Amino acid sequence: MIQIEPNIERLMLGDALQAFPDECCGFMLGKETGDERILTDILIVNNSKEGDKRRRFEIAPKDYLKAERYADEKGLALLAVYHSHPNHPAIPSEHDRVAAQPFFSYIIVSVIDGKFDHLRSWRLNEEQQFEEETIIFDIRQKTLDFGLVPA
Amino acid sequence: MATVIIPTPLRKFTNNTAKLDIAAGTVEEALLDLSANYPDLKKHLFDEGGHIRTFLNIFIGEDDIRDLQAGKTPLHDNTVVSIVPAIAGGSTDGYH
Repeated sequence: MIQIEPNIERLMLGDALQAFPDECCGFMLGKETGDERILTDILIVNNSKEGDKRRRFEIAPKDYLKAERYADEKGLALLAVYHSHPNHPAIPSEHDRVAAQPFFSYIIVSVIDGKFDHLRSWRLNEEQQFEEETIIFDIRQKTLDFGLVPA
Repeated sequence: MATVIIPTPLRKFTNNTAKLDIAAGTVEEALLDLSANYPDLKKHLFDEGGHIRTFLNIFIGEDDIRDLQAGKTPLHDNTVVSIVPAIAGGSTDGYH
Protein backbone atom coordinates (compact mmCIF):
# COMPACT_ATOMS: atom_id res chain seq x y z
CA MET A 1 0.00 0.00 0.00
CA ILE A 2 1.13 3.55 -0.56
CA GLN A 3 0.47 6.80 1.18
CA ILE A 4 0.87 10.08 -0.69
CA GLU A 5 1.46 13.23 1.31
CA PRO A 6 -1.25 15.77 0.49
CA ASN A 7 1.16 18.49 -0.64
CA ILE A 8 2.79 16.36 -3.31
CA GLU A 9 -0.54 14.88 -4.31
CA ARG A 10 -1.71 18.42 -5.03
CA LEU A 11 1.42 19.10 -7.11
CA MET A 12 0.87 15.91 -9.11
CA LEU A 13 -2.79 16.73 -9.76
CA GLY A 14 -1.81 20.27 -10.71
CA ASP A 15 0.69 18.89 -13.21
CA ALA A 16 -1.95 16.57 -14.68
CA LEU A 17 -4.45 19.42 -15.08
CA GLN A 18 -1.89 21.81 -16.52
CA ALA A 19 -0.69 19.23 -19.07
CA PHE A 20 -4.21 18.33 -20.23
CA PRO A 21 -4.98 17.26 -22.97
CA ASP A 22 -1.40 15.93 -23.00
CA GLU A 23 -0.07 13.34 -20.59
CA CYS A 24 2.13 14.53 -17.75
CA CYS A 25 4.78 12.49 -15.92
CA GLY A 26 7.14 12.55 -13.00
CA PHE A 27 8.61 10.72 -10.03
CA MET A 28 7.70 10.35 -6.39
CA LEU A 29 10.19 9.63 -3.64
CA GLY A 30 9.93 8.56 -0.05
CA LYS A 31 10.53 5.71 2.35
CA GLU A 32 9.58 2.07 2.22
CA THR A 33 8.82 0.04 5.32
CA GLY A 34 7.77 -3.53 4.69
CA ASP A 35 4.82 -3.37 2.31
CA GLU A 36 4.11 0.29 2.98
CA ARG A 37 5.45 3.15 0.91
CA ILE A 38 5.16 6.72 2.13
CA LEU A 39 5.69 9.22 -0.68
CA THR A 40 6.96 12.55 0.58
CA ASP A 41 8.65 14.25 -2.36
CA ILE A 42 7.90 14.80 -6.04
CA LEU A 43 9.89 15.54 -9.17
CA ILE A 44 7.79 16.92 -12.00
CA VAL A 45 9.44 15.89 -15.26
CA ASN A 46 8.97 17.09 -18.81
CA ASN A 47 7.12 14.65 -21.06
CA SER A 48 9.85 14.13 -23.63
CA LYS A 49 7.77 12.04 -26.02
CA GLU A 50 8.21 13.42 -29.53
CA GLY A 51 5.02 14.08 -31.44
CA ASP A 52 1.55 13.56 -29.97
CA LYS A 53 1.67 13.52 -26.17
CA ARG A 54 -2.07 13.00 -25.64
CA ARG A 55 -1.69 9.22 -25.49
CA ARG A 56 1.99 8.76 -24.69
CA PHE A 57 4.61 9.86 -22.20
CA GLU A 58 8.33 9.34 -22.00
CA ILE A 59 10.94 10.42 -19.48
CA ALA A 60 14.34 11.30 -20.95
CA PRO A 61 17.22 9.15 -19.64
CA LYS A 62 19.01 12.25 -18.36
CA ASP A 63 15.93 13.19 -16.31
CA TYR A 64 15.92 9.66 -14.92
CA LEU A 65 19.58 9.98 -13.91
CA LYS A 66 18.84 13.33 -12.24
CA ALA A 67 16.02 11.70 -10.27
CA GLU A 68 18.30 8.93 -9.01
CA ARG A 69 20.91 11.50 -7.96
CA TYR A 70 18.26 13.67 -6.29
CA ALA A 71 17.03 10.65 -4.32
CA ASP A 72 20.60 9.89 -3.19
CA GLU A 73 21.15 13.49 -2.08
CA LYS A 74 17.88 13.57 -0.13
CA GLY A 75 18.35 10.14 1.43
CA LEU A 76 15.06 9.03 -0.10
CA ALA A 77 14.15 6.11 -2.32
CA LEU A 78 12.86 6.55 -5.85
CA LEU A 79 9.62 4.63 -5.44
CA ALA A 80 7.01 5.74 -7.94
CA VAL A 81 6.42 6.99 -11.46
CA TYR A 82 3.26 8.97 -12.12
CA HIS A 83 1.57 9.90 -15.36
CA SER A 84 -1.85 11.05 -16.46
CA HIS A 85 -4.47 9.50 -18.72
CA PRO A 86 -6.36 12.38 -20.32
CA ASN A 87 -9.98 11.38 -20.99
CA HIS A 88 -9.21 7.79 -20.03
CA PRO A 89 -9.57 5.82 -16.80
CA ALA A 90 -6.55 5.29 -14.53
CA ILE A 91 -6.03 1.74 -15.76
CA PRO A 92 -2.67 0.78 -17.28
CA SER A 93 -2.70 -0.02 -20.97
CA GLU A 94 -0.78 -2.88 -22.53
CA HIS A 95 1.72 -0.27 -23.64
CA ASP A 96 2.11 0.81 -19.99
CA ARG A 97 2.66 -2.81 -18.96
CA VAL A 98 5.24 -3.69 -21.62
CA ALA A 99 7.29 -0.59 -20.83
CA ALA A 100 6.95 -0.89 -17.04
CA GLN A 101 9.87 -1.58 -14.73
CA PRO A 102 9.73 -3.86 -11.72
CA PHE A 103 9.60 -2.38 -8.21
CA PHE A 104 8.16 1.04 -9.10
CA SER A 105 4.64 2.02 -8.17
CA TYR A 106 2.91 3.37 -11.27
CA ILE A 107 0.44 6.04 -10.23
CA ILE A 108 -2.05 7.01 -12.93
CA VAL A 109 -4.19 10.16 -12.74
CA SER A 110 -7.36 10.20 -14.81
CA VAL A 111 -8.32 13.65 -16.07
CA ILE A 112 -11.69 13.89 -17.80
CA ASP A 113 -12.57 17.03 -19.78
CA GLY A 114 -9.83 18.96 -18.01
CA LYS A 115 -10.97 18.00 -14.49
CA PHE A 116 -9.44 15.54 -12.05
CA ASP A 117 -11.51 12.36 -11.97
CA HIS A 118 -9.64 9.71 -9.99
CA LEU A 119 -6.23 8.15 -9.40
CA ARG A 120 -5.04 4.58 -8.93
CA SER A 121 -1.67 2.94 -8.38
CA TRP A 122 -0.29 -0.25 -9.93
CA ARG A 123 2.79 -2.41 -9.55
CA LEU A 124 4.19 -5.28 -11.62
CA ASN A 125 4.05 -8.71 -10.03
CA GLU A 126 6.50 -11.55 -10.70
CA GLU A 127 4.51 -12.52 -13.82
CA GLN A 128 5.00 -9.03 -15.28
CA GLN A 129 1.30 -8.24 -14.77
CA PHE A 130 0.03 -5.14 -13.02
CA GLU A 131 -1.64 -5.48 -9.64
CA GLU A 132 -3.43 -2.56 -8.05
CA GLU A 133 -1.98 -1.06 -4.88
CA THR A 134 -4.11 0.42 -2.15
CA ILE A 135 -3.65 4.15 -1.76
CA ILE A 136 -4.11 5.42 1.78
CA PHE A 137 -5.22 9.00 1.75
CA ASP A 138 -4.46 11.29 4.67
CA ILE A 139 -7.91 11.48 6.20
CA ARG A 140 -6.99 14.29 8.58
CA GLN A 141 -5.72 16.46 5.75
CA LYS A 142 -8.76 15.70 3.62
CA THR A 143 -10.92 16.82 6.53
CA LEU A 144 -9.03 20.09 6.70
CA ASP A 145 -9.37 20.49 2.93
CA PHE A 146 -13.12 20.39 3.30
CA GLY A 147 -13.04 22.98 6.10
CA LEU A 148 -14.05 20.56 8.82
CA VAL A 149 -12.36 20.27 12.19
CA PRO A 150 -10.71 16.88 12.69
CA ALA A 151 -11.68 14.91 15.77
CA MET B 1 37.85 -1.51 -12.68
CA ALA B 2 34.72 0.16 -13.99
CA THR B 3 31.84 1.04 -11.68
CA VAL B 4 28.32 0.05 -12.68
CA ILE B 5 25.44 2.00 -11.14
CA ILE B 6 22.37 -0.18 -10.65
CA PRO B 7 19.06 1.72 -10.93
CA THR B 8 16.60 1.55 -8.02
CA PRO B 9 14.10 -0.87 -9.67
CA LEU B 10 16.82 -3.46 -10.35
CA ARG B 11 18.54 -3.34 -6.96
CA LYS B 12 16.34 -6.08 -5.57
CA PHE B 13 18.21 -8.39 -7.95
CA THR B 14 21.65 -7.28 -6.67
CA ASN B 15 20.98 -7.66 -2.94
CA ASN B 16 20.18 -3.93 -2.78
CA THR B 17 23.65 -3.01 -3.98
CA ALA B 18 23.65 0.28 -5.87
CA LYS B 19 27.25 0.31 -7.17
CA LEU B 20 29.34 -2.61 -8.34
CA ASP B 21 32.97 -2.60 -9.42
CA ILE B 22 33.49 -4.86 -12.41
CA ALA B 23 36.63 -5.82 -14.31
CA ALA B 24 35.42 -6.04 -17.92
CA GLY B 25 36.71 -4.85 -21.27
CA THR B 26 33.43 -3.66 -22.77
CA VAL B 27 29.92 -2.65 -21.69
CA GLU B 28 28.50 -5.93 -22.96
CA GLU B 29 31.07 -7.95 -21.02
CA ALA B 30 30.24 -5.98 -17.89
CA LEU B 31 26.51 -6.74 -18.29
CA LEU B 32 27.22 -10.43 -18.95
CA ASP B 33 29.40 -10.50 -15.86
CA LEU B 34 26.58 -8.94 -13.85
CA SER B 35 24.13 -11.51 -15.22
CA ALA B 36 26.47 -14.34 -14.22
CA ASN B 37 26.76 -13.01 -10.67
CA TYR B 38 23.08 -12.09 -10.34
CA PRO B 39 21.08 -14.54 -12.53
CA ASP B 40 17.70 -12.94 -11.73
CA LEU B 41 18.99 -9.71 -13.22
CA LYS B 42 19.69 -11.23 -16.64
CA LYS B 43 16.16 -11.03 -18.07
CA HIS B 44 16.06 -7.35 -17.15
CA LEU B 45 19.30 -6.65 -19.04
CA PHE B 46 19.05 -8.88 -22.12
CA ASP B 47 16.17 -9.93 -24.37
CA GLU B 48 15.63 -13.51 -25.54
CA GLY B 49 17.96 -12.90 -28.48
CA GLY B 50 20.78 -11.95 -26.14
CA HIS B 51 20.66 -8.27 -27.05
CA ILE B 52 20.56 -5.44 -24.52
CA ARG B 53 16.86 -4.82 -23.84
CA THR B 54 15.05 -2.11 -25.76
CA PHE B 55 13.66 -0.58 -22.57
CA LEU B 56 17.12 -0.07 -21.15
CA ASN B 57 19.59 2.73 -21.78
CA ILE B 58 23.24 2.43 -20.86
CA PHE B 59 25.21 5.58 -20.19
CA ILE B 60 28.95 6.10 -19.87
CA GLY B 61 29.10 9.25 -17.82
CA GLU B 62 26.65 11.51 -19.67
CA ASP B 63 26.82 9.65 -23.01
CA ASP B 64 24.38 7.05 -24.30
CA ILE B 65 26.35 4.03 -25.55
CA ARG B 66 24.19 4.12 -28.71
CA ASP B 67 26.16 7.26 -29.57
CA LEU B 68 29.45 5.47 -28.80
CA GLN B 69 30.17 1.87 -29.79
CA ALA B 70 27.03 0.37 -28.25
CA GLY B 71 27.81 -2.89 -26.39
CA LYS B 72 31.35 -2.85 -27.69
CA THR B 73 32.12 0.46 -25.99
CA PRO B 74 35.41 -0.10 -24.13
CA LEU B 75 35.62 0.34 -20.38
CA HIS B 76 38.60 1.75 -18.53
CA ASP B 77 39.54 2.12 -14.89
CA ASN B 78 37.16 4.54 -13.20
CA THR B 79 34.62 4.45 -16.06
CA VAL B 80 31.16 4.92 -14.59
CA VAL B 81 28.45 2.91 -16.34
CA SER B 82 24.84 3.81 -15.49
CA ILE B 83 22.01 1.43 -16.28
CA VAL B 84 19.01 3.65 -17.00
CA PRO B 85 15.60 2.04 -17.37
CA ALA B 86 13.39 3.61 -20.01
CA ILE B 87 10.33 5.15 -18.39
CA ALA B 88 7.45 5.41 -20.84
CA GLY B 89 3.82 4.50 -21.35
CA GLY B 90 0.50 5.88 -22.37
CA SER B 91 -3.23 5.55 -22.04
CA THR B 92 -4.09 3.43 -25.07
CA ASP B 93 -2.60 0.61 -27.09
CA GLY B 94 -1.56 0.75 -30.69
CA TYR B 95 -1.56 4.52 -30.93
CA HIS B 96 1.76 6.23 -31.63
